Amino acid sequence: MIELRNISKRFGAVQANDHVSIKVEPGTIHAIVGENGAGKSTAMRIAYGFYTADAGEILIDGQVRRIGSPQDAIALGIGMVHQHFMLVDTMTVADNIVLGAEPGSPLSLDLQEADIRIRALSAEFRLSVDPHARIEDLSVGQQQRVELLKALYRKARLLILDEPTAVLTPQEVEEFFGILRGMRKQGKTIVIITHKLAEVLALSDDVTVMRDGKVVGRVETKETSAAELARLMVGRDVLLHVHKPEAKPGAQVLGVRNLSVKTAAGAKPVDNVTFEVRAGEIVGVAGVEGNGQTELVEALAGLVDPLRVSGDVDLEGQSLSGMNPRRRRERGIAHIPEDRHRRGLLLEFALTENAILGVHYRRPITMLPGDAVLDDGEIRRRTVDIIKRFDVRPPNPDLPARALSGGNQQKLVIGREFELNPKLLLVSQPTRGVDIGAIEFIHDKLVKLRDGGCAVLLVSAELEEVMSLSDRLLILHKGRIAGEVNPQVATAAEVGLLMTRGH
Amino acid sequence: MFFPVVAVLAAFLVGGVFILAIGESPLQTYSLLIGSALWWPDGIGYTLFLATPLIFTGLAVSVAFRAGLLNIGAEGQLYVAAFATAWVGIVFANLPAAVLVPLCCTAAVAAGAMWGAIPGILKARFGSHEVINTIMLNFIAVAFVSYLTQYHYRTPGDAILETAPIGANAHIPRLARFIPGFPERIPLNVAFLLALVCCALVYFFLWHTKWGYELRATGSNPSAAEYGGISIRRQIVLAMAISGGLAGMVGINEVLGYRHRYYDGFSDNYGFTGIAVALLGRNHPVGVVLAALLFAVLTRGGVPVDAFTQHVTKDIVQILQATIILFVAAEALFREGLRRWVKF
Repeated sequence: MIELRNISKRFGAVQANDHVSIKVEPGTIHAIVGENGAGKSTAMRIAYGFYTADAGEILIDGQVRRIGSPQDAIALGIGMVHQHFMLVDTMTVADNIVLGAEPGSPLSLDLQEADIRIRALSAEFRLSVDPHARIEDLSVGQQQRVELLKALYRKARLLILDEPTAVLTPQEVEEFFGILRGMRKQGKTIVIITHKLAEVLALSDDVTVMRDGKVVGRVETKETSAAELARLMVGRDVLLHVHKPEAKPGAQVLGVRNLSVKTAAGAKPVDNVTFEVRAGEIVGVAGVEGNGQTELVEALAGLVDPLRVSGDVDLEGQSLSGMNPRRRRERGIAHIPEDRHRRGLLLEFALTENAILGVHYRRPITMLPGDAVLDDGEIRRRTVDIIKRFDVRPPNPDLPARALSGGNQQKLVIGREFELNPKLLLVSQPTRGVDIGAIEFIHDKLVKLRDGGCAVLLVSAELEEVMSLSDRLLILHKGRIAGEVNPQVATAAEVGLLMTRGH
Repeated sequence: MFFPVVAVLAAFLVGGVFILAIGESPLQTYSLLIGSALWWPDGIGYTLFLATPLIFTGLAVSVAFRAGLLNIGAEGQLYVAAFATAWVGIVFANLPAAVLVPLCCTAAVAAGAMWGAIPGILKARFGSHEVINTIMLNFIAVAFVSYLTQYHYRTPGDAILETAPIGANAHIPRLARFIPGFPERIPLNVAFLLALVCCALVYFFLWHTKWGYELRATGSNPSAAEYGGISIRRQIVLAMAISGGLAGMVGINEVLGYRHRYYDGFSDNYGFTGIAVALLGRNHPVGVVLAALLFAVLTRGGVPVDAFTQHVTKDIVQILQATIILFVAAEALFREGLRRWVKF
C-alpha cells in the first residue's frame, strides 16, 4: 500500500529520520513503535505531507509519488488522525467532518448529502456518533470516532493514527480496537504509531521498531514478544515488571472521612469517600477516567475551592480543612499532577525556575533582604541535583521545560516533588506519555520513596500500573469507592468489573 | 532581540515606498528625521524628554503582560495620577522640597496604582475582563479629572483648562542643571533618570525576587502557579496595581518636571503608545527603553520633516509607527517566511 524508502529528515542539529524504510502491506494493521523522539511521528508526517523529506522517496501502490502537502496525501487516499484532535469544539460533528471538503457548490453548503454519507460511513464501520452533536459535548472516545470519520469521509484507504490510545480509557481502547479490526476486514490499511507494547501485540499484523531516527527492526507480530520489542526500542534489556519488596506499613498518615466534592453545576464527582493511607504503603486508585480521581487528588492537594469540599481530611491527625496548596505543601504533601503541562510545569520557564515551583518563596530558595530575593546559586544547585538524581536529559538547567521530552519533563516534576521529602505523595498518571525506559525508572523511584516511609496515593488509568505498584487498591466508580482489593491476589477482570459496574 | 529590529527595518522600507510615491527621497527624509531627532542638544534633549512617559507606560504594560493581563488603561491611570500629583503639589505647597517632592511622587504612584487595581480587583473577584474595564476606566478617568479641573481647581480667569500652579518646592530639576552647555529651555528632567531606575527595578523585581517569579508564573501558566501555591487573584490585583503605579509616574515627569501644573488633555496617547512600546520591546525593560527611544525619535523627527520637505508631512511618522506595530504583531508570519527562506 505505502512504502517509505530511505527517508531522511533533519531538523537543525537533530537527524529525526535517518534512511528510514517502512513497508506497509495493504489490508493490514502495521504498528510503528519506538520511544518518544525515535522519529515515528516524523516519518508518518512526511508520509502525510506535513513535512517534506530531505532525501528518499514514497511509493503508493508501487508507484513513486510526490506528497508535498496533506492535500496531496488526501488525494492519494491517505488519512491521518493526530494525537491531539483537530476539531472545532463549538461546531457539530457533521460540520467538522465536512470542514475543508464541503459538499455542494461554493455558495451553498449541502449538509443533507453530507449527513447521508456520514450515516452510511458510521454504519459501515460501526462508528456510532450523532452527526448533530457538538464536539464539546462528546467524550474523548467519541471525538476520536469523529476524527476517523473525517478521514473516511475523504475516502482514505490508508489511515495513520498517531498514539490513538493515549487519551482513551481501557474500555474505550477495547472498543476502538474492535473498530480498527472491522476496518481492516473492510479492506482499509492502518498504520498505528504507539509506544504501548501490549496494544501492539493485541492489534497489529506487523511491527516496525524505530530508535534514534532509524529503523532497528521489522517483525511479524505473531513471532515477537513484548520483551523483544522493548529491547529493540530501548537498545537494552528492560524490566517490564515492577520489582518491589513487601510493604511495611506504619502509622496512618492520611485520613479521609466522608469526603465529597461538588461542582458548580451541582454534580458530585467525589461522593462520600473514606479511606486512609499509612506510612510506607502505596494505595492505588483505579477507575475509568472521569470517575472522580482527578477531583479527589485535587481536593487533597487543596486545589479545589474549599466551599465545594465537605468531609474531613487530616494528615498525621491534624486537620487540613480549608488549607490552601501552599500550607499543605508545608505540612509535607507533595503532588505529582496528572497533567504536567497544565498543572505541573511552566513550559516557557527554564528548568531552574521549574525546579523551585512551590518552594520558591522560602528558604533556602530565598535570601536576604527580607527573604524576597531569589538565591540563584542555590536554585542552580538544586536543579543540577534533581537533574543528576533523576537523570533528566538533556542535563542543561537553562533550557525551557518545553524543550524536554515528556518522560524527562515528568522526571523533573517527580524530582522536584521528591525534593520536599514528603510525608504524603499524591501522584496521578505518573507514566502517562513517558518512554519505557523512564517508566521503569519512575516506578523504581516510587517504590524507593515508599520504602523510605512515605505514604503514597497513586492514581493511574493504566490498570497494569496500579495493580503492580499498589499495596492496596481502591476502585472508584461514580465518585464512590466501589471496593478495595489486594492487588497481589485480585485479577484484572475482577477489578475491571468493579470499575465499570460499581458494587 | 532580532525580530523587533527586523520589523523596524522593514517598516522603514515600507515607509520609504510611501515617501517615493509622494515624490521625495526616502534617504533624505530619513536622515532629516533621525538626524534632527539626535541633534545636540535640542534634538536629543527633546527626544529623551518624549521618551520618558513612554518608558513608564511601556513598563506598565509589560508588567501587566508578564502576569497575563492586558492593561489598556495606562492612559486613564496616568491622567488620574497626574492630577493627584498636582493636587498634592498645590495643597501642600508650603512643605519643604525634601518632603513635598517625595509626597507628590508617592501620590502619583498611589493614584495610578489605585486606578489600575480597580480592574484587577474586578477581575480577581468577579472574573470580568480587564480589557473592557481598563478601557471604560480610561473614559471615566479623563472625564473625572477634567471635571475636577474645570469646576474645582481651575485658576479663575485662565482661558486654558488647567489647574493653578503647584508650589515651587514641588518642582524637580531639569537636567540642564547638571549638564554643562545643555540649555535650560529643554524640559528633560530627572524624571527621565527615574524612568531608567524604574527599568532596573522592574527587571530585578521580575527576575530576581519571589514576587516577580510569582507574577510571571501566573502569566505563564495560572494552573501551574496555583498548583505551586500562588494565589492567582492576589497576583492579578498586584500586577495591575504595579502596572498602574508605573503608568502613574508619567505624572512626575509631566507635573513636577515639566508644566508644574495639571494641564487637561496633556497626554499624547502615552498610555496607548505604551502598548506598542511594550510589544516592540518584547515586554522586557531593556527592550522597553529602546522601543520608547525609537518612538520618541520618530515623534521628534516628524516635526522637521513636516517643515523642511516639500510634500512629506509628519503623518509619515504615524505610517512608520503603525507599520512597525503591524510587523511586530505579524512576527510569527515573519519567522516562518524567514525560516523557509534561509532554510535552517
